[in-house]
Amino acid sequence: MNKAPLVSLSGVSKSYPKLTALDNVSMELHQGEVLGLFGHNGAGKTTMMKLILGVISPSKGQVQVMGMAPDSKAAWHSRAKVGYLPENVSFYEHLTGLEVLTYFARLKGLDKKDALALIEQVGITHAMKRQVKTYSKGMRQRLGLAQAFIGAPKLLLLDEPTVGLDPIATAEFYQTVDQLKNQGTSIILCSHVLPGVEQHIDRAIILSSGKMLAMGTLAQLRRDADLPVAIKPCGLNGAVREDAKLMSYLSDQAGDNNQTLYVPEQEKLAILRQLLAYEHLTDVKVEAASLEQVYQHYLSGAHKLTSGEKRS
Amino acid sequence: MRQIFTVANKEFHDGLRNRWFISITLIFALLSVGLTYFGAAASGTTGVTSLSTTVASLSSLAVFLIPLIALLVSYDSFVGEQEGGTLLLLLTYPLSKSQLLLGKFLGQGSIIALATFLGFGTSAVLLYMNLGSSELVATFAVFITSAILLGLSFTAIAYILSLLVSEKSKAAGLALIVWFLFALAFDLVMLALLVGIEDGLSQQGLTQLMMLNPSDIFRLVNLAGLDSTDVNGVLAVAINASMGQGVLFSLLLLWVVLPLSVAIAIFRKKKL
Repeated sequence: MNKAPLVSLSGVSKSYPKLTALDNVSMELHQGEVLGLFGHNGAGKTTMMKLILGVISPSKGQVQVMGMAPDSKAAWHSRAKVGYLPENVSFYEHLTGLEVLTYFARLKGLDKKDALALIEQVGITHAMKRQVKTYSKGMRQRLGLAQAFIGAPKLLLLDEPTVGLDPIATAEFYQTVDQLKNQGTSIILCSHVLPGVEQHIDRAIILSSGKMLAMGTLAQLRRDADLPVAIKPCGLNGAVREDAKLMSYLSDQAGDNNQTLYVPEQEKLAILRQLLAYEHLTDVKVEAASLEQVYQHYLSGAHKLTSGEKRS
Repeated sequence: MRQIFTVANKEFHDGLRNRWFISITLIFALLSVGLTYFGAAASGTTGVTSLSTTVASLSSLAVFLIPLIALLVSYDSFVGEQEGGTLLLLLTYPLSKSQLLLGKFLGQGSIIALATFLGFGTSAVLLYMNLGSSELVATFAVFITSAILLGLSFTAIAYILSLLVSEKSKAAGLALIVWFLFALAFDLVMLALLVGIEDGLSQQGLTQLMMLNPSDIFRLVNLAGLDSTDVNGVLAVAINASMGQGVLFSLLLLWVVLPLSVAIAIFRKKKL
């Protein structure tokens, strides 16, 4: 059971009369894996989630979740083991948080006790007797997360889970993601907000207008993108500009004070050694390309890159 | 079945909470008690009048009010949840489309049924205290049952509207149009047909045409047994060619089941 992928898409396309929302996408998700799904609005993220949830059926190709087509009758019972947090859901405003969660828990065959436990887990116990319409955006999002966690799902699909959460709540959310992952839950995180997500995902998929531009671990994506490392020495007072080799790595758009060097990954250590030789050096900051830069790289290369070959 | 009851329970409590239930019951009760007491005011007397006058007035009231209220309670059932995003979410649950629809129908239908029963029931109690005949119980049983069926029929029709459109405001507009067509326009057309076309429409044909409108079936069920002096217009003609009450009730029931099946079929095909 552990070997077979929990979710697999092979050659899946979904087209509507006026547009192709998803074009020949193949991927696999294994147990305990966290997958980041990135792309602009309209890139096909939500369509992909709906296909995995079995709410819509693919036009071409095959979707399998826990060994079954999710839109088939046979997959009925496995639905209780799938959690979903939609984007921009507005829950029944006139109900209290507890009532909303109890309703959803009952639909998955659980009861009020489970709902209470989940409300505590996401930290809105103090507001559970209040109507949802009095909730702040962050509290609504927490309620949505509690809803997705109902029934200890094996597979979680979260569409923009951290939108509206403050930094502390976001950190708490990622802690929960790590916990669930350790318990063997597979998670698909769908987002266009990138900072903070890096440490928590195993692999990433970048989608653009229905096509898969890249898939792989962040390290792989970084390597393939071949983006330079930013090295920022302090205390050198222009000495960098006197060395021709270092000079060549200075960014073009440099302001007066800009000392940041953009060095290819394989040159990184050599350059660092060279910098360390300077006596005046007080500090060095080394930053690998962020997920955001990797993402931008793939998106900007979308038209020239044949990503299908690149990722395999 | 458990899923249907879970949905029904939620919808029923929604109905109680947003005061639909209490307001409908009060409106029905006030109007029906009012009509029971003052229904004969035009003829110069007040106080409880005859059973047939009261039922005739109550029917004319119910035939406008009940469809309107049923449409208002239910028109946003699906389009509202679609706009809020909960419809999509619910369908990722182990809950089929027909279970969701039937659950909603059971919940909202119970609200309308209970409100009708209590609202018009007060009239029945009032009349019973004054007249105390056993005929009254039977007449009111027929009246309330058919009124409930009428309400359920328009609830099902409201679901069709709610599933066809993608904006709440459109559903509201459609609901009003449907109400206008069934409650007012239909009878005018019938009257025009009857008067306008010489030898065009037999009594039999007219009655059959009336089966196309659940409101008219409701009226026929209730007025067929009354003195024709209390009944005017097209109905008076139709009543003469009346069918058995059993047939009329079956037709009214058909007007519940048919729109409900159509709604399920539309829901199954609906893109999300």
